[in-house]
Amino acid sequence: MDLLSKKSLLLLLATPYFLAVGCKPGKVAETTDTDAAKKVYVAPGKHDELYMFASGGFSGQLAAYGIPSGRLLKVIPVFAQDPENGWGYNENTKPMLNTSHGFIPWDDAHHPELSKTNGEDDGRWIFINGNNTPRIARIDLATFKTVEIIELPNSAGNHASPFCTENTEYLVGNTRFSIPEEGKDDVAIDTYKENFQGNVSFVSVDKNTGGMKVAFQIRVPGFNYDLAHAGKGPSGDWMFFTTYNTEQAHTLLEVNASQKDKDFIMALNWRKAEALIKAGKGKKTAATYAHNVLDEKSHQATSTMESSVLVLDVKDHPELIYYMPCPKSPHGVDVTPDGEFMVASGKLAAALPVFSFQKMLKAIENKSFEGKVAGNLNVLKYESVLQGEVKKPGLGPLHTEFDDKGFAYTTMFVSSEIVKWRIKDLEIIDRIPVYYSPGHLSIPGGDSKKPYGKYVVALNKITKDRYLPTGPELTQSAQLIDITGNKMKLLLDFPTIGEPHYAQMIPAEKITKNQVRFYKIEENTNKYVTKSENDARVVRKGNRVDVYMTAIRSHLAPDNIEGVQVGDEVYFHVTNLEQDWDVPHGFAIKGANTAELLVMPGETNTLKWTPDRPGMFPYYCTDFCSALHQEMQGYMRVSPKGSSTPLKYGLGSKIVQK
Amino acid sequence: MKTQSKILIAISALLMATAYFLPLWKIVLEAPQYPEGLEMKIWLNGITGNIDQINGLNHYIGMQFIVVENFWEFKVLPYLYGVIVALGFFVAWRGKLSYLWAWFAILLVFAIFGFTDFYLWEYDYGHNLDPHAAIKVEGMSYQPPLIGYKQLLNFLAGSLPDIGGIMVGIGGIITVGVLFFEQKLKRNRQN
Repeated sequence: MDLLSKKSLLLLLATPYFLAVGCKPGKVAETTDTDAAKKVYVAPGKHDELYMFASGGFSGQLAAYGIPSGRLLKVIPVFAQDPENGWGYNENTKPMLNTSHGFIPWDDAHHPELSKTNGEDDGRWIFINGNNTPRIARIDLATFKTVEIIELPNSAGNHASPFCTENTEYLVGNTRFSIPEEGKDDVAIDTYKENFQGNVSFVSVDKNTGGMKVAFQIRVPGFNYDLAHAGKGPSGDWMFFTTYNTEQAHTLLEVNASQKDKDFIMALNWRKAEALIKAGKGKKTAATYAHNVLDEKSHQATSTMESSVLVLDVKDHPELIYYMPCPKSPHGVDVTPDGEFMVASGKLAAALPVFSFQKMLKAIENKSFEGKVAGNLNVLKYESVLQGEVKKPGLGPLHTEFDDKGFAYTTMFVSSEIVKWRIKDLEIIDRIPVYYSPGHLSIPGGDSKKPYGKYVVALNKITKDRYLPTGPELTQSAQLIDITGNKMKLLLDFPTIGEPHYAQMIPAEKITKNQVRFYKIEENTNKYVTKSENDARVVRKGNRVDVYMTAIRSHLAPDNIEGVQVGDEVYFHVTNLEQDWDVPHGFAIKGANTAELLVMPGETNTLKWTPDRPGMFPYYCTDFCSALHQEMQGYMRVSPKGSSTPLKYGLGSKIVQK
Repeated sequence: MKTQSKILIAISALLMATAYFLPLWKIVLEAPQYPEGLEMKIWLNGITGNIDQINGLNHYIGMQFIVVENFWEFKVLPYLYGVIVALGFFVAWRGKLSYLWAWFAILLVFAIFGFTDFYLWEYDYGHNLDPHAAIKVEGMSYQPPLIGYKQLLNFLAGSLPDIGGIMVGIGGIITVGVLFFEQKLKRNRQN
């Protein structure tokens, strides 16, 4: 018994514990490239190689980053008001956020989509969808300004959007939420199967101006449409959508929409739909939706309420649509650069199916159908359209993009990694952990005909311990990965604005060659422009006071204003007279309950202000413009309502009294 | 004069005539905030370039606004200079050495007058400052150099011949060369 002392007894009892710890399998090591610093370092004064445009997700905005440095270059306000530059606050841009529901200062922006020519990113515009109040915005990449926002009628949850066709003929918007027809929508939710329908919008884009128009809509069965991608090359006439909830559940979707082994990829022949519309088959249907345009000459947005849309019901044209079965609630559907294969990511599936476009055509020709949905829409046989499956790719596949060497890269949300596989034989080549839970990923040109396969960026939803903590609300992140070699190598990890839901990257020179440095004052057609300081003035009409103000280093004209009364509606129309690069002027007045103005050279912006009390109200330039910026200030005297203070204004020795 | 000389004088006059469509002189400004530089090009009949920006910046130190219409020179020069160039062709046509001497003298007077006028304008522009200017630096004047570079506060100012000026210069050198050669030839003949 002496041998079995207390100590040795303890040791003996602890043995299973040590054995268990020793058996714990190691984690996949983080594989940061040893040359990472060199590869992402962009020396001071040097420019990045690429622009990355990442959506801000729930921030409603779009952000431009430099790659490979990951430096944030600009937040472009799109769907959300931005007090920093007055977007959505000033009179010029308020109409941009108008909808059929009135003024909506926010949205959930998901998918930036660069305009394309011949299937390649052309750097002219970038589009982005608003999910919540269905909209598509167009950003002019010469000025990095949102210049157009169009609302989509008969839509809810504009998630499968705004993916574009090869020559940006159309952008699509498909409904994540099926809903009953507008006007007939006061129905019981449990009548989902009878009354709810999906709705694909085709928004045409003018080749020259970029102007958008809801060209037509196609009513489709009431599933949830998740994502989309246009075909290219041979498949260029087709648009592919993923569906989930083909169970058509209306409650507890988490369970009820995950019952079927297969949902669908919906292949839609948009060229045929376009022909039907041209042939007058579209039914003009009442619909109310806003169309907002910012004129870059007048710097003024206008909002027009549209009243109708052309509709095709797919039940009348079943030849437009074919459904391809796809394992378990597919999320992304991505088309290879040659347009031959469609990769669908069944987010709950154990394999990644790759569909062949040629096989799809053959299956349609041979009527290789396995059934019908919604009465008369054909479902193609899985085996007849399948090229093959990538086996055991990882857990929770979501999205795939492609490089220029025949490889595909797929994000795994659940197993938190990117998997590289070969399109030719569907063999997995490499996998790299990312931190944590990537949604989309982005390769420059990775959804186009011409990928530029040097980097992939993982767009991660969760960061936890990756950065210095900032309380419960943490940043989301992007991770830059080198894909030039056989093995993927992590280079950089950088925080982003909002949720970097999806991003597109483009070689910088495609953007820089069109950059506008400032607006030409002689081309300014704003109704309230003041092109010369001599024309700066104050005009009263009833209780409306228009201040025609100019800003130039380092004074505002006029900078003394008297004779304004409580309750007047004061409009400051500030024209920045500078004609030089990077000399904006700001404008703010005490007590203004909107935001400041930030006026670019040659631009006119208007701030509306209703003084609520008599007193002296200083105003000043908010953008540190020059050595005497702090002197760039003025006073507005506000007198009680009905007072006899005469209207008086001026600058220096030039005083005008009315 | 030899035929070659006549041709050379004609070429020289032709080079000088390029001043009608090429800028003669340029003033360049560089500052930390203007890495791309600002530029003012002087032509026979006016000034082009970033005049508005330069005026905008210079008002802080009280320099006068450059207004092209205010220069009498640009109203006269196109005509006066035209006569001088025409005389060059005349000399080439007649081929008389004495005429060449006369033309050379006219060119010389014109050049001296031109540079003096330019210097005086620069002096006035750099010294005659608004007493109410926002920025006043004790003992500082802002006269750009006649030729070459000079640091003026945060700006490095350069004054250099532009392509047209270089053409005129080459024309002048050719003229002097021909004059030298013909004179020597004449002396040889007399010996």
